[in-house]
Amino acid sequence: MELESLRVQRAKSLSFRWEWLLLVLILGAFFVNVRLSPYFWNYRSFMDALSVFLEAGFMVFSMVMILVAGDIDISVASIAALSSVLMALSHKAGLPMGLAMLVALGVGVACGYFNGFLISRVPNLSAIIVTLAGFSLYRGIAYVLLGDRAVSGFPSWYSYLAWGYIGNTGIPFMLAAFFACALVYGLVLHRTAFGRKVFAIGTNRTAALFSGVPVARIRQILFTLNGLMAGVTAIFLTSKLGSSRPNVATGYELEVIAIAVLGGASPSGGKGSIFGACLAFILMRLLRYGMGLRNIPGQVMMVAIGVVLIGVVMIPNLVMSRKKRTVVS
Amino acid sequence: MGERILELRGVSKFFPGIRALERVDFDLETGEIHALVGENGAGKSTLIKIITGVHQPDEGEIFWRGQKVTIPNPTVASRYQIAAVYQQPASFPHLSITENIFLGHPFLRPFSRRLDWKRMHDRARELLKSLGSDLDPITPVGTLSTAQKQIVEIAKALSINAQILIMDEPTAALTKREAEELYRIMRELKSQGTAIIFISHRFEDIYEVADRVTVLRDGKKVGTWMVKDISERDLVRAMVGREITQLFPKAWVTPGRELLRVEGLSKTGYFSNVSFTLHAGEILGVSGLVGSGRTEVAHALFGIAPADRGKIFVEGKEVTIRSPLDAIACGIGYLPEDRLQQGLFLPMSINDNITIAILDSLTRRGWLQPEREYEVSSKMLELLKIKAPSIFSLVSSLSGGNQQKVVVAKLLAARLRILILDEPTHGIDVGAKAAIHQIMSDLAQEGFGIIMISSEMPEILGMSDRILVMCEGRVSGILTREEATQEKIMEMAVNVNWAKLQKKEKVGVDYA
Repeated sequence: MELESLRVQRAKSLSFRWEWLLLVLILGAFFVNVRLSPYFWNYRSFMDALSVFLEAGFMVFSMVMILVAGDIDISVASIAALSSVLMALSHKAGLPMGLAMLVALGVGVACGYFNGFLISRVPNLSAIIVTLAGFSLYRGIAYVLLGDRAVSGFPSWYSYLAWGYIGNTGIPFMLAAFFACALVYGLVLHRTAFGRKVFAIGTNRTAALFSGVPVARIRQILFTLNGLMAGVTAIFLTSKLGSSRPNVATGYELEVIAIAVLGGASPSGGKGSIFGACLAFILMRLLRYGMGLRNIPGQVMMVAIGVVLIGVVMIPNLVMSRKKRTVVS
Repeated sequence: MGERILELRGVSKFFPGIRALERVDFDLETGEIHALVGENGAGKSTLIKIITGVHQPDEGEIFWRGQKVTIPNPTVASRYQIAAVYQQPASFPHLSITENIFLGHPFLRPFSRRLDWKRMHDRARELLKSLGSDLDPITPVGTLSTAQKQIVEIAKALSINAQILIMDEPTAALTKREAEELYRIMRELKSQGTAIIFISHRFEDIYEVADRVTVLRDGKKVGTWMVKDISERDLVRAMVGREITQLFPKAWVTPGRELLRVEGLSKTGYFSNVSFTLHAGEILGVSGLVGSGRTEVAHALFGIAPADRGKIFVEGKEVTIRSPLDAIACGIGYLPEDRLQQGLFLPMSINDNITIAILDSLTRRGWLQPEREYEVSSKMLELLKIKAPSIFSLVSSLSGGNQQKVVVAKLLAARLRILILDEPTHGIDVGAKAAIHQIMSDLAQEGFGIIMISSEMPEILGMSDRILVMCEGRVSGILTREEATQEKIMEMAVNVNWAKLQKKEKVGVDYA
């Protein structure tokens, strides 16, 4: 009984949620698209549209956690490129594809661990500096290894990861994997002690330290996880492209951070949600797909996405200042 | 002495819940060194900030050379030739000495309006030379010692022709020899007619250079004396001699088994050879001026900045503490001095704040168990009478006193036997203060061991069973409740030691 009332109170304290706003925007974008283009609502092509760029979506989850902890990682796309190149090379050298995929994950973990080690154990080394160095270092290694060449020749089953559907449901395998990942990350961030500590670190790192939270260890884990997810991205991306080059995934880090922020994560830490990031991802896809159907050129699309990003991120500020004003008056 | 250059009449300053200054009169004459003393929180800094235009007085008037003025900001203060030199000068470390000196008022070439580096460097060199220093003005300030930085700050003050120079604990970070040099410069400036306001905790400083001394206590002025007319004993009494008006409810508890023993704990540059014991049911007060090493010892015991040498025994067993996690595992908890920066997660709920340190024990295989959390935090809300709508209220919406109770709740929830409380009632209102004292007393009764660091004399005297006094990184003594008086503690905290003073005079002769 008492607990029940506590739950109600908790629900009330969370009444304004960012996710509601994103849902409204998604529905809005959906209806506008349906009205503007007769081709928009087609189950198969809609599913495919969602799957474009989905390979980068895997990095969004771990990026949300890193942002919640008050850090940032701009080296992820470079890690993905290095993972992809090393996976392709090790397969070419005779490793079975399954093991080559493990190589991709291993490379991601190693790079992420290295980032995390420098950031969390060396005093006065900030995440932005270390990962900026990693941004250039990891892709640089990929170029040294492969130069301008591309490596292909993967087994045919490998392309299923990015292009296959689950049975005849029409649901892309990658989309299912994406949502499975979202579920795992959502539970870890929002339902475990670990997740709560991540929020605590991002809210006030000093107070977290004084409260006995193992700040260094958790930051180390978060960057390692981000590396792992870069490895996952490498596997799906290489499957999608059918080949690997050192310049794959270029610019993904910015897109990933943009989606995380649109999903409610704050670069200053302490805020963010996995569900919100999923919604933000879907919103971005809907906008791009809709504009694509209307034959809006890519350059204009970039402008539109930029405007949407700024606009949406500003909404809570507007709402808040409105609230404050009404309290004062 | 000369003409009256600055006068404050009936100046008051109120901050929310605190009377920082109440109807204070103060005057300063040209060619004098006027010492300003008082305990931590007596109002010295507020007074200085009013003179330098950082704060505006809520009541009272300021006269400059006999004419009534207002000082709305530091720029105006420099127009009245007022300049301040702080203990840790806030300079621009990557800029040169010249740049630091002339930042606000550069020399320009007459027609081109470009910076006249040559004149600035020459003038800087001249100013430094007049202060007896042959530093090269192009040296980056970040590479200088604290004493040299202070000289640069003084040079900066001279560059605007400061007639009123405020020095806030300038000797605190200096060696004896550097301090001697500073005294020499101060006397030199004084002979040129500069008026100096000099804040110091060190009695040696005051008796060495000051002409007059003004004592502040609890935001009020106790009096102004000629330094040669007042004895150290009287000065100490003036600083602390208040009536104890508040009641502190620490009940006598027969000390139980030994909870904590510290032997020869040292950390180079912060404290050395600190030893003491703490028993169950006991409150050990730790007194000493800011900078005496109190907080650093607490941080070493809690593993934030571990000690270099020394042993720590918890319930008779030697332990190593390298991190707060280690300390908590040993049963040691710490209530930080700065609760906003070190204690609280303001945008998070009361519940999340209280349970953060014990999350692992409230989870099942890592999964949060909200019911168990709510149970703990609801109990704490009730136990500590935290005034809040619910455990889901954000901590940022609470008053200072209730915020402090939330930090205490976090400690208590962790069921630690040894609690180190650093300024537990600093900046909270009287009611909440009494409540915190009551909680401490109850905890002692239940067999907790408490180390209470406090700058407030009545709190130290009222709450402690024993009082450890620190001075300049050393334990200058441990007093029992019966032995302790305000005067004794103050003497130990400022280390009035005649033997030492006389020895120092001999050394002074050697210097000359």
